[in-house]
Amino acid sequence: MRKTGLERATSDRLAAWFTEQGATLVEADILLPAETLLDLYGEDIRARAYMTLDPVQGEMMLRPDFTVPVVQQHMAGGADPAIYAYSGPVFRKQDHAGDRPSEYHQAGIEIFRRDQPEESDARVFALIAEVLAEHGLALRPVTGDIGILMAAVRGLATTDRRKEALLRHIWRPQRFRALLDRFSGRAPMPAARRHLLDRLTQGSPADLIAQAGTFTGLRSEAEIAARAEALILDAQTPPLHAPEAALLYDLLSLQAPSRAALGHLRGIAPMLPAITPSVDRFEARLDALSAHGIDTQTLPFEASHGRTSLEYYDGFVFSFHAEDPALPPVASGGRYDALTAVLGQGKSIPAVGGVIRAGLLARLTGEHS
Amino acid sequence: MIKIGVPSKGRLMEKTFDWFGARGVTLRLSGAEREYAGQVDGIDGVELVLLSAGEIPRELAAGRIHLGVTGSDLVREKLADWPSQVAELAPLGFGHADLIIAVPVAWIDVDTVDDLDAAAAAFRRTHGFRLRIATKYHRLVRDFLTTHGVADYQLVDSQGATEGTVKNLTAEAIADITSSGETLRANHLKILSDALIHSSQAVLFLSHRADWPAEDRAALAQLADKLGVDLPATAPQV
Repeated sequence: MRKTGLERATSDRLAAWFTEQGATLVEADILLPAETLLDLYGEDIRARAYMTLDPVQGEMMLRPDFTVPVVQQHMAGGADPAIYAYSGPVFRKQDHAGDRPSEYHQAGIEIFRRDQPEESDARVFALIAEVLAEHGLALRPVTGDIGILMAAVRGLATTDRRKEALLRHIWRPQRFRALLDRFSGRAPMPAARRHLLDRLTQGSPADLIAQAGTFTGLRSEAEIAARAEALILDAQTPPLHAPEAALLYDLLSLQAPSRAALGHLRGIAPMLPAITPSVDRFEARLDALSAHGIDTQTLPFEASHGRTSLEYYDGFVFSFHAEDPALPPVASGGRYDALTAVLGQGKSIPAVGGVIRAGLLARLTGEHS
Repeated sequence: MIKIGVPSKGRLMEKTFDWFGARGVTLRLSGAEREYAGQVDGIDGVELVLLSAGEIPRELAAGRIHLGVTGSDLVREKLADWPSQVAELAPLGFGHADLIIAVPVAWIDVDTVDDLDAAAAAFRRTHGFRLRIATKYHRLVRDFLTTHGVADYQLVDSQGATEGTVKNLTAEAIADITSSGETLRANHLKILSDALIHSSQAVLFLSHRADWPAEDRAALAQLADKLGVDLPATAPQV
């Protein structure tokens, strides 16, 4: 039996503590219009969130997280800058029988602020670290920075088309890796692609489409022809330069204490100059974290941390883990500047936030004491 | 009494009866014509329940039947974490069909899942919404596309005449069961070369959720012996 009373009390207490640190308490609907969330997260969210049908409003979703409704509220007319705290249940379907709850409480904090993003990153991390430490738990933090990876991809000496393909899959590590292997020449061109290219060079796209049979569907001849031509061009694109590809592979697997990671990144920056601005931001963040009392000599950094498909983080990412690897992170968060642009209909504001799984925290604290 | 659920009509029912009959267990309809009543001869302690093939996974999961014959695709689609709920006792060798993804033949630039993903990205940029794939196999198709890292698509529900959705402009691609591919060709669609999501056939399933008292365990052992089926270690033992 889950101790829902204890879980709710823990969650509310965490949010109250955030408000004592300067945050404004906000609420969000539990029943949310599904369309925005589906468009943002895609089909994966349908597998993980509870959907229901409202006779008037159409498809609705039980709140899968607070970030989207809080961002929407803020974009609709919040103060600038703003710090918000919240507490309440979120709902996630579990496809396997087990003890992971499908309804659990999250307490969180979000900072919307245009200047000094590294200071905001550090503040969110430090606040969560502090409140977790007050519970007497030795949780293992992990940090990362998706912005460095994105900068490295943008700086590659290859076509925009290839860079876009890599950026689009940055949250799908396997797919990203497969693309990188292909673009760098480490993996041969698949036979199916070779055959497709052979056929595409047999005639003009218009002729080939006409020969293929009756035309159906909304995807137009022009769209098909454009991609056919792009495929032929892409096949003529030379592979990434070997040293540049090697640096990217090295970056993907970088795991080190933060200051050592910084030294490593400074070492490769002359060969991958596009990452320099994001490495500068990484350093500024470490300095801000140090000023907040975090030991950045030992703080773990993993360049690939936070690259999972349901997320929208595009900068600093972090999580806090219990000893048992089967447990989900006790807390997690990150920077999501691009999300506010998507939800802001033309407006955007840099934002960073994090959540604590209150029930898990209460359980671990109970076991500990 | 072990309850065994069998599709209530058509070729699936006939082939199931044939399969059991060839192994000395006679399943047959009893009662008046069109009455869904069945009888089992050649073994004691087994009762025949005639059901829609589509409902058999749910009845197995609820434990209202002990054994059931249905398509392996339906069990994987309808039951979350299906191996925790049912066990496969024997593939029956009929009812073969493949769950595939098909796109218009005019898509000369698309042959693989990889191509579909790239086409979906461009489609979303051009049209402002995600590329639509019509299917009734939501779980299987979503799991497959997630595993293969496909983004920028959405599933739209289609419970029948799925091949027509592309022509009707309600979907750009489809994911459906096909055996000969004739309906696909007639609707100007082609199968992606590497998108065999599941190769389905009729399977005899056992429910982990049903009650298995001692007498039913004994009957199961006898039935398995007669059918020449090895019971998996997870099955109820005598």
